[in-house]
Amino acid sequence: MLVLAGGGLLMLLVVLAVAAPLYAGDPEALDPFIRLQPPSGEHWLGTDNLGRDVLARTIYGARISLIVGLMSAFLAAIAGLTIGIIAGYLRSFDNLIMRVMDALMSIPTFLLAIALISLTGPGIGILIFAVALPETPSVSRLVRSVVLSVRERPYVQAAICGGARLPKVMLRHILPSTFAALMVQSATVCASAIMTEAGLSFLGVGVPPEIPSWGNMIASSRLYLATAPLTVLAPGVFLAITVLAVNLLGDGLRDLFDPRSRSR
Amino acid sequence: MCTYILRRMVSAIAVMAMVGIFIFVLLRLAPGDPAAIMAGRNATAEAIAGIREQLGLNEPLPVQFMLWVSSMLHGDFGTSIFSGRPVFELVLQRLEPTLSLSLMTLALSVTLGVSLGVLAAWRAGGLLDRTLTLFATLGYSVPVFVVGYFLVYLLAIGAGWLPVQGYVQIENGLGGWFAHLVLPTVTLSLPYIALIARITRASMLEVLSEDYMRTAAAKGASAYAMLVHHALKNAGVPILTVVGLSFAYLIGGVVLTETVFNIPGVGRMVVDAVNSRDYPIIQSVLIMVSGLYVLINLAVDLAYTLIDPRIRY
Repeated sequence: MLVLAGGGLLMLLVVLAVAAPLYAGDPEALDPFIRLQPPSGEHWLGTDNLGRDVLARTIYGARISLIVGLMSAFLAAIAGLTIGIIAGYLRSFDNLIMRVMDALMSIPTFLLAIALISLTGPGIGILIFAVALPETPSVSRLVRSVVLSVRERPYVQAAICGGARLPKVMLRHILPSTFAALMVQSATVCASAIMTEAGLSFLGVGVPPEIPSWGNMIASSRLYLATAPLTVLAPGVFLAITVLAVNLLGDGLRDLFDPRSRSR
Repeated sequence: MCTYILRRMVSAIAVMAMVGIFIFVLLRLAPGDPAAIMAGRNATAEAIAGIREQLGLNEPLPVQFMLWVSSMLHGDFGTSIFSGRPVFELVLQRLEPTLSLSLMTLALSVTLGVSLGVLAAWRAGGLLDRTLTLFATLGYSVPVFVVGYFLVYLLAIGAGWLPVQGYVQIENGLGGWFAHLVLPTVTLSLPYIALIARITRASMLEVLSEDYMRTAAAKGASAYAMLVHHALKNAGVPILTVVGLSFAYLIGGVVLTETVFNIPGVGRMVVDAVNSRDYPIIQSVLIMVSGLYVLINLAVDLAYTLIDPRIRY
């Protein structure tokens, strides 16, 4: 149920974002004569302070949020998976790796991203890195805990007794059992990445200001909240819906993989 | 017990050292030259070289690191390029609004979050529980700055009940201070209330299924006594843990909330530092806040023994 609701909503947003050039109109088209217009037949959500169409910009904004959210989640999942499996299976590295992860967790995501991006300048690549890096420890901790419980199972022991080499034990026997937990955690990371990107862009240290992203739109329209509330609230509502869709998908996946958690 | 406290403190120091190395390496390896950033866009090569020299950026990396650490241990967290004042002093000046906002947020979200979580667990599966769970999912899906502008539009611009933005210091009147903090606190608390309510509910459900709860019910304990005296006390550890761990997340929220409501706190100072390219401020606040996170979680670890006497070390 939750998986369908969250997944469906997310798919819809992805389709809307990918197909944007087919129907949405030009998000960059300026028209100083129609600044801060209320909604009309031509501009469904009105226009912003430079006379740009709010709906078109909001739809194009979904692209940035989805790209950054999905790429960060992917990156954090791959890094966390690798680190978690190594820490969980090769016990001699465990203590060191987990202490390093503890340290990484102590650095506040938001401030670290601000510091990194203020050094390099705004850009999507550095943004994805800055968002994914602090999310890696939570993924690796989770994967490690799964590996620790799976490695003692008879089928893994049997594979080792059967002469399977280390890489084969890890890839064939341990890796698949981490996928369920990994997918749930990736959804959480994705939701948090979308919020972090929007927050950083809102502060002016996210994606470059000329790209229409929800955080940038809210930042450039905030002074007009009283006269043209939709310029701020439209991207805000879309942002909230997107994060909600990802969170619902994550909750649904958790219920699906771990039915005991449903009552909790 | 004493050896445990000692051991935890030593490991906290080790984590701090690792945090320091991490921040140093990340910021030094990032493409981008702090000296060039601080000098500004139209700086001459000499000006950049001067700043490099002043910051000690020409030394080898290990030497730079040792210099940085030793000056921090002496209480020197660098000097702001823009104002020429020590960063530590600037942070202290900006501390009151940030502390007011954070402590009020903590108070509101723990009270409301725990109460709602207990209520939801009490009526688990019922309408109240489902409504609260839905609101909790909503609560941590809406970014704080979106909630902030929504509340400002509704309650400050629309209804005119509360100030739109700004901050009044405590000594200039308690009423003004409080009125200016209501919206920011509610804004920042929302995801926390959701998070704490969710953890409280899960932790309560676990305790409520224990045998001693059935015993308490059989002895005729009232619902209130059962929930608060018997269950909540035993459900305390996970709640405390989440409050400690979410501190890092709170910081991001503080930066955004202070920007939305134009509150002159530490978060605002960091954002202003980005715009004025005052790099030492960003780096120092980053390391100070990370240190605070380690200390808070050390305190949380030690507090476990106070709320749960079964935990012995």
